[in-house]
Amino acid sequence: MATTSVMGGSVRRKEDPALIQGTGLYVDDLQPTELLHVAFLRSPVARAKITKLDTGAAKAADGIVAVYTHDDVAHLGPLVAQVPIGKLRPLLADGEVNHVGEAVAMVVARDRYLAQDAVDLIEFDFDTLPAVIDLKKAASDETLVHEELESNVLHTWTYHGYWDALGLQDQGPAVEEAMQRDDAVVVSLEMTNQRLTPVPIEPRSVVAEYNRGYGRFTIHSSTQVPHALGGAVSTMFGMIASDVRVIAPEVGGGFGSKLNVYNDEILVAFAAKDLGHPVKWTETRREASGSTIHGRGWLGTATLVGTKDGEFLGYKLEAIADMGAYSQNFTVAIPLLGLWIASGQYKMPVSWTVDCVVTNTMTTDAYRGAGRPEAIYYLERVIDTFAREIGMDPFEVRKKNFWQPDEFPAQMGCGFSLDSGEYEKAVDKLIETADYAGLRKMQEEARAEGRHIGIGVGSYVEVCGFGPAILAEIGFSWSAYGLPASFNGSGLVRVNPDATVTVVIGTGPTGQGHETTWAQIVGDGLGIPVDNIRVLHGDTREHPMGIGTFGSRSIAVDGAATFEATKKVREKAAAIAAHILEASAEDIEFGDNGAYVTGSPEQRVEWAVIAKTAYQAHSNAEDVESGLEAHTVFSPGNATWPFGTHLAVVEVDADTGNVEILRYITVDDCGNVISPMIVGGQVHGGITQGIGQALFEDTIYDGEGNLLTGSLLDYPLPTATDLPFFELAHTVTPTDVNPMGVKGVGEAGTIGSAHTIVNAVVDALSPLGVKHIEMPLRPKRVWAAIQEARG
Amino acid sequence: MTVNGQEVSGDVEPRTLLVHFIREHLHLTGTHVGCETGYCGACTVLIDGKPVKSCTMLAVQAEGVDIGTIEGLANNGELHPVQEGFWERHGLQCGFCTPGMIMSSVALLAENDNPSEEEIRHGIEGNLCRCTGYHNIVRAVEYAGAKMRGEEPAPPDWEGGS
Repeated sequence: MATTSVMGGSVRRKEDPALIQGTGLYVDDLQPTELLHVAFLRSPVARAKITKLDTGAAKAADGIVAVYTHDDVAHLGPLVAQVPIGKLRPLLADGEVNHVGEAVAMVVARDRYLAQDAVDLIEFDFDTLPAVIDLKKAASDETLVHEELESNVLHTWTYHGYWDALGLQDQGPAVEEAMQRDDAVVVSLEMTNQRLTPVPIEPRSVVAEYNRGYGRFTIHSSTQVPHALGGAVSTMFGMIASDVRVIAPEVGGGFGSKLNVYNDEILVAFAAKDLGHPVKWTETRREASGSTIHGRGWLGTATLVGTKDGEFLGYKLEAIADMGAYSQNFTVAIPLLGLWIASGQYKMPVSWTVDCVVTNTMTTDAYRGAGRPEAIYYLERVIDTFAREIGMDPFEVRKKNFWQPDEFPAQMGCGFSLDSGEYEKAVDKLIETADYAGLRKMQEEARAEGRHIGIGVGSYVEVCGFGPAILAEIGFSWSAYGLPASFNGSGLVRVNPDATVTVVIGTGPTGQGHETTWAQIVGDGLGIPVDNIRVLHGDTREHPMGIGTFGSRSIAVDGAATFEATKKVREKAAAIAAHILEASAEDIEFGDNGAYVTGSPEQRVEWAVIAKTAYQAHSNAEDVESGLEAHTVFSPGNATWPFGTHLAVVEVDADTGNVEILRYITVDDCGNVISPMIVGGQVHGGITQGIGQALFEDTIYDGEGNLLTGSLLDYPLPTATDLPFFELAHTVTPTDVNPMGVKGVGEAGTIGSAHTIVNAVVDALSPLGVKHIEMPLRPKRVWAAIQEARG
Repeated sequence: MTVNGQEVSGDVEPRTLLVHFIREHLHLTGTHVGCETGYCGACTVLIDGKPVKSCTMLAVQAEGVDIGTIEGLANNGELHPVQEGFWERHGLQCGFCTPGMIMSSVALLAENDNPSEEEIRHGIEGNLCRCTGYHNIVRAVEYAGAKMRGEEPAPPDWEGGS
């Protein structure tokens, strides 16, 4: 049993005892007395004018308490987006619907089954209109989704023009010029980075209660961003934020889908206030599939220009990104996250254009990686194609173009600087760990036997640790909900009179183990055992501020804040201990649940005494104020830029098109590591979601906008039998962006893996002449590519 | 029916799903609902010792059976080896699939306490996890199997674990 509180150690999670015994509390577990249940009538069609909406029969049905439509709630909304580009979704449909699954009416009943029955009693007629689904057609403005917007193209992001204040230089001419060089090798690929459904296993759920006497809301929601929800509710209902308590208890996965504030959360709160009862809504899986945000959804052409010796001269991407019908949280800004890492680990000019286009589909927003897996996929796929074109080893061509260690911080053309990196070192470690030469030999032998073994490599750099206050200027903040206009970290550390510690942080974890990792940070700083530390998160009443968990930001921002607050507490505790020990504060060290004088460990006082003394003014030194706590708000000057390189070995069955992953080996660098166990778990899960995109997952709307992937039967996730054990290795290149030198790891696995798998499959089939297969590489598609290549 | 060794009964609408009866009538909320289509396995319970997805069964169909849920697994505060394995080998992150995953693993090990990696992967194939990539879940089941056989589990395979 590991109980030591040491950074760099793997401590058993504090979260787990409840979760493995079935006593962890998720929102849907709540059953307050007098609870009412919500079900929504949702649009079955992609685009229509509503001609009739009669709720009379539903209202009269057994057990029905209320049925609400647009006019009942119009005074509250709409819920605003942080990035104000595009059309906002009305709280309930306002005379028209624009995607399958759009909420039209809300039924509140005494029982969840009766609520669902009454949905079927609502008379809902409509005239369907032609749906705009195909991305290229949408971008052509042949049919407008929203007449009032005058174009389906909401916005175009370019590499140099996304932020006028930066005054960036257009690198497009340099890329075009390179293409004209006599010795230029130009490789282009048109590729889809398909739309995905996030699928946390816990569906979203919200329970709202309103106390008329106090005039206060208590809202439990399955969210990554409790403070943002509190801000949205307080601004929409005209209340002060302190009167809206939002609690995110255990949250069963999020992956970005719970980073939005949703209309349904506002509507459930409204019903609770209107009816004077607690009200619950838990989405069905079908609702989760069609009415909670999607991710990705890009179509683009990537072009790499280089010399035949493997030197990159420039990179160009022209893409269309699907925004869906309405803009939610950061919708239109998601591609921007990809733009910042458009050049990957490589030093070269970039020309990058992404059109953000409206369609009659569910909104896209942040799904694990958010813009970055798309950007890296295009870049790394075309690099692989380029390497094959010039006959160079895929590692060799990458190494030739990396930023070098002495060039950091490396100023990129997009305006940001890469904080730190030793890219070649990571690649060399991977080559060694995987025994790359041995693998190539094995591949050669297998090929001689007629087997199709492929070895794929893929590098990535990501941008995370959001983050820098400057991001708020382009909409990356919660200021539209009245919160501070920056993604600052918050850490409050309080040593209690009984020498336990309460740590209050501003994150919104969904399984990342923050209670454990933060206890390690604080325990390490104060010399107090992890078992005596309680970490609180996800309750707006207890937290001065909170930004939530997303974009691999928690450890680099809120973790850093907690680290700094711990330092302040330690300084004061040292003064108290020094007074007790009649020593100098500078000579005090902490460990083993106490403090001692440097060099003479026998001169020691237990934390039990220090803590009690801190709360007894009479026994303290005159110049030491009573109490022992500190709160730090941390604002990083830059994002963090983790990186790594992955390698996959696959075997393709040419008769069936089935892809089997034989080995998956990674070298990731997320800076300093607090818990290798938790970091490893994050990488495992991240890789699996990238593999899911590469091989299985695909959110499909047909030409009329019907969602064909509304259940898990139609949307296959990776299962245990689809995967091997992962082989993880690390390099450690600390950052100086925060005092712990940590970078974040939540998304790295996903950003590094989809292209690695596709590169491996193409490597397996390249002797047949296969150059590209679109994701997901399901057997039918792989088999068809083999048939086509064989003629 | 018997739930975790205790006789229980209740009057429900005929269409009430077993999982809703367990969660909302018996207040045993450790059994979760993830997809309502029998696919994700978060609602897995043991019925007469066999893993069953309780969202695919009506409560009335369970009349007279013996049901085991996650709440009944630990014995007088002592964790079941599978629960211990999930804790020791970081076999869970968000924890939502965990009760179902644990119940399937318990059923697997009851039949075969020394399964191969492949047998473990097949044994939990009907339970979806979106967080872990299954790596540490397989390790957790291996740990539990070793414990049940009275052997010392292999050390964890994360950096610094051995």
